Amino acid sequence: MSASAVVLLVLAIVVVWGGLLAAILRLRARPERTEYPPGAEDDHREDTAPVERDT
Amino acid sequence: MAGTGTTGGAPATPRAQQPREEWTGQVGFIIAAIGSAVGLGNIWRFPGVAYENGGGAFLVPYLVALLTAGIPILFLDYAIGHRFRGSAPTAFRRLARWLEGLGWFQVMICFVIALYYTAVVAWAVSFFVFSFDLRWGDDPAAFFTGDYLQLADPGVSLDFVPGVLIPLVAVWAVTIAVLAAGVARGVQRANTVFLPLLVLAFLVLVVRSLFLEGAADGLDALFTPDWAALGDANVWIAAYSQIFFSLSIAFGIMITYASYRRRRANLTTPGLVVAFSNSSFEILAGIGVFATLGFLAHEQGVGVGEIEGISGPILSFVTFPAIVSQMPGGPFFGALFFGSLAMAGFTSLLSILQVVSAGFQEKFGWSPRQASVRLGVVSAIVSVLLFSTTTGLIALDTADQWANNVGIVGSAVLMTVLVLWVLRRGPELRYHLNAVSTFRLGAWWQVLVAVLAPLVLGYMLVSRIVTLIADGYEGYPGWYLALVGWGTIAFIVLVALVLTAMRWRHSPDDFVAWPPYPPGDAEPGRPRPPSGGATGAAGTTRDTRAPGTAGAPGTPGTRGPADEEVAR
Repeated sequence: MSASAVVLLVLAIVVVWGGLLAAILRLRARPERTEYPPGAEDDHREDTAPVERDT
Repeated sequence: MAGTGTTGGAPATPRAQQPREEWTGQVGFIIAAIGSAVGLGNIWRFPGVAYENGGGAFLVPYLVALLTAGIPILFLDYAIGHRFRGSAPTAFRRLARWLEGLGWFQVMICFVIALYYTAVVAWAVSFFVFSFDLRWGDDPAAFFTGDYLQLADPGVSLDFVPGVLIPLVAVWAVTIAVLAAGVARGVQRANTVFLPLLVLAFLVLVVRSLFLEGAADGLDALFTPDWAALGDANVWIAAYSQIFFSLSIAFGIMITYASYRRRRANLTTPGLVVAFSNSSFEILAGIGVFATLGFLAHEQGVGVGEIEGISGPILSFVTFPAIVSQMPGGPFFGALFFGSLAMAGFTSLLSILQVVSAGFQEKFGWSPRQASVRLGVVSAIVSVLLFSTTTGLIALDTADQWANNVGIVGSAVLMTVLVLWVLRRGPELRYHLNAVSTFRLGAWWQVLVAVLAPLVLGYMLVSRIVTLIADGYEGYPGWYLALVGWGTIAFIVLVALVLTAMRWRHSPDDFVAWPPYPPGDAEPGRPRPPSGGATGAAGTTRDTRAPGTAGAPGTPGTRGPADEEVAR
């Protein structure tokens, strides 16, 4: 491999995989906000089934 | 445009107020989103595109495109889906009623793509099986188009090819089963199994490829920079296209996936993880594919530049089988490659069909199971009719060209122009992202999605349409391109209009976006839980509950009180 190819191979790995690592570390350091605007009742359900069918 | 149902002071229907499906948590969402983004394009498109557009120098426009268009549009999708909490039609309608049609346009793009994407996954599954006895023999090109696909001239044929038909039906059956199980138990669970398996299989493949004779020559060909390419506008367009098509953005997928996150959920930082994961996999694929191509060049005694068929289906189903045949331990390598291809395609296919399923669930009040079975069976029949026949490959190639370059790019241009220029909702969406996320977006984000993205994408769209009209595509007959190419777009638009005009089973319009914008505008007339406005920090305790402990299926009688208790 030529020197320039090696440099760009390493650079691609460092920048892109490094970017991934940085993003993961940033998320692990602060997974969620500690404060939110007030409100936001949780309207999710955990999974699929419409409730009236389960009875 | 159908304005139906309850608005104003009337109480909303119980069904419309039912809690939404949800990922089990942040990691579940991230894995599913990566599974969606990492698809066939990462493996068979990126390496060839990079090689042909400056080699190592392509890294520069690629990263610029990732940071200036890919990630910003990904965030735009997240913001729309999460703030307006719905599939593409619901979310766009809640953004502005007349925008519902854009949501259906995106749903129909996904419907069309799913029809042929399934076929490619089925091919990969077939070739996974063929790997074990190297069934393609000495002439993989003849095997793929002749023995396997039994390819005929462009046209419409009903000569079914059993070798394609059977795996295609099997892929549809598995897909329907996964979607029917719902977001957490189906889509997320499938991704939790297949994404790690994909990464592992592909890592083994890449490591193996690096020890092949000639691997260094392949990597040399891919990474040697041609800096002059940076002066070529087409190279930059190629970079923006690659990023754009690779990230699963602007056609409803990320809107739908973000809508299954709870309201208090971090969006932008997980988005960075997803975007960089996708690119990381592309770099990995580039290394694996070109190290392997280097081996082929070495075996044939030619330069890597002389090898043909270095991207797309031909790379996967002709060039790779040829390499596998010449390689010590070829069957194992082939199984790894085609297994990876099938898994990457399958997890992306799930996300594409979830867009369609969610759109129909919300508009027609269907359960996930109903939507999955009804839509899945219809799609499977159409898919089998079009793509398991002797004309399947040509139909697939043509529909893919139009659905992507006209459909998805058009959808992105419409979305950015309408949402950010016409409706001027950029500040609201940025406020939303910043209110729930840990990675803050400055005003630069609005500039990128409102100015740069529509300019670049608009140029891509117009130049491609001009080329398709002037030069046709791949030398296929004009009547065929009109029918399968432009016909696909006409079909998408027509069905989107019909679906937009149909009545909602339960109106999605009685909806209050949270957090209120502008901040402090609490809309006092809206119903709220007794202590909802004052929970403040206490409210955050809700987010710490274990997944599955609240609102689990099978506990209908306890849902209401349980949720109120949590809210306190």
